Amino acid sequence: MFKLIVDFFIPAQPDKSAEYQRRVRLVAYAIVVTMVFALFYVTTSWVAGYFTGLYIMLGSWIGYLILLFLLKQGLDVFKVANIFGLIGIISIYGSIYFSGGFESPVLPWLASTPIVLLLIAGKKSGYFWAFVAVLIVLNFGLMDYLGFQFPKQYYESKEDYFTLSCQTGLVLIIFFISIVFENLRVKAFNEVTQQKNALETTLSELKATQKQLIQSEKMASLGELTAGIAHEIQNPLNFVNNFSEVNTELIDEMQLELDQGNLIEAKAISNDIKENEQKITHHGKRADAIVKGMLQHSRISNGQKESTDINALAGEYLRLAYHGLRAKDKLFNATLITEFDDSIGNINIIPQDIGRVILNLITNAFYAVNEKNASTLRQAQSNPSSATPKYEPTVTVSTISSKSPSGDLGVKISVKDNGPGIPAKVLDKIFQPFFTTKPTGEGTGLGLSMSYEIVTKVHGGELKVETKEGDGSEFTIILPV
Amino acid sequence: MKILVVDDERDIQTLFEQRFRKEIRDKSLEFVFAFSGEEALTYLQQNEHEMVIILSDINMPGMSGLELLRHIKQIYQNPPPIVMMITAYGDAENFDTAKKYGADDFLTKPVDFNLLKEKFKQ
Repeated sequence: MFKLIVDFFIPAQPDKSAEYQRRVRLVAYAIVVTMVFALFYVTTSWVAGYFTGLYIMLGSWIGYLILLFLLKQGLDVFKVANIFGLIGIISIYGSIYFSGGFESPVLPWLASTPIVLLLIAGKKSGYFWAFVAVLIVLNFGLMDYLGFQFPKQYYESKEDYFTLSCQTGLVLIIFFISIVFENLRVKAFNEVTQQKNALETTLSELKATQKQLIQSEKMASLGELTAGIAHEIQNPLNFVNNFSEVNTELIDEMQLELDQGNLIEAKAISNDIKENEQKITHHGKRADAIVKGMLQHSRISNGQKESTDINALAGEYLRLAYHGLRAKDKLFNATLITEFDDSIGNINIIPQDIGRVILNLITNAFYAVNEKNASTLRQAQSNPSSATPKYEPTVTVSTISSKSPSGDLGVKISVKDNGPGIPAKVLDKIFQPFFTTKPTGEGTGLGLSMSYEIVTKVHGGELKVETKEGDGSEFTIILPV
Repeated sequence: MKILVVDDERDIQTLFEQRFRKEIRDKSLEFVFAFSGEEALTYLQQNEHEMVIILSDINMPGMSGLELLRHIKQIYQNPPPIVMMITAYGDAENFDTAKKYGADDFLTKPVDFNLLKEKFKQ
């Protein structure tokens, strides 16, 4: 019933904040509760013969009703609350004045306005109405001190009844409005807690998804490498097998020569065998290094920096990425140029992390030149008469000793392509997580953002890009030694 | 009989020379090596009509074996050299493309040299 009445006066304001709507409800409750008490007061005044008080209360009751309709019309809740305070304090002032002034039993009601306004309209209104209430009390006190005679219009015989009703009413009205305030506060707090819990769940889900994504990004790049790895392992294994078979034959032959006493011939054959053995060892080590590299790539980084030959690492990933792509896309073709600075030697890095960065940059470079190649071909097909310039996809990987960002000795690793370049409008987004220009499902958008993290945060280096639309891009990793 | 072997792995030369050393010694087979598709084409231009058999790897940097095959079959039609393709991945797509471009044979790595000897004899 009570709630129904309050609900009737609550305006639909979906665009307002939850806090504002809570306050509207609180103000509406306070006004309705006050109106119920005003009716009790009207009855009490009538019984006590205090008819001026009765009219004042009836008048304020109508004022409250009009105020409720203004609230429903969408009048600002702070204005409504303070007009409510004004009507309240005027009617209380009047009631006190005509019921004995400084000695009136209604005097304590002055406390209700600042308390209620503090609860429903906030601290500023609370301070203001407390100030007004104190001023009124002082005013009554001063008038009384100066000997002013206040009218005292209720029946003398009903004084106890009137005082009791007034004091009880005061206690109850403050209590009820406080209850409403408390209920709405708890409700708001519960809502916030629920939202907080929901947010926490979402956050932990997001974190788990991010972890999975990082792992799947690693696995995806490993998948891109698989064909390249197969090729890179198959070739050395073939050599190992073939050369050892040849050696078996050569040993048979050598024994034959020895039996016949042809020592010179036997010695020549033994030299061949030795040479072949060296080749077997060489290719065996080659396969070994590739398998180790692959394991290192998929392994979760232990964050330990190791002394690493950066040229070998870059060369390895370049070959793997290239063969991987060639295995997938038979028509893919690119000229690979490596310019390695042999003076660099070994540097201290987390090899699997930097390996991933290099792989990512190389894969991107291949993707870029492939895109440009495809668009050049399309152009040539759609417009065969015009002479389209011949396009040669080229990817250059180079290393060079240089100054690091901190000014110490460092190393620069650069991956350069002559693809379509990066459009200026996306250039500032390329290092953001989940940003990708590849079709949905082809790129995770995590490659460059993870590379950036690895280079800058983990290694204290720099990852820079220089690009010109139509000419290509160059990504440069600068690492301190 | 002259055979051009195209592969980006340089050790392939040592391997072939040792595997076929008897044939090379008695001059029944003669090997020439090229380490890229481009190199192979240049050699063919300079020594036209010499080659009988071309043995090419598919997966090479630069010009791939399949492209080389396409070029050879376009340029040299009379008499067409026999082109055998070798690949590390025996997948259907490579095989189909090689056939489409007119490859005469298709081998997968590791190469069975005894089988290869048989094929050369034929």
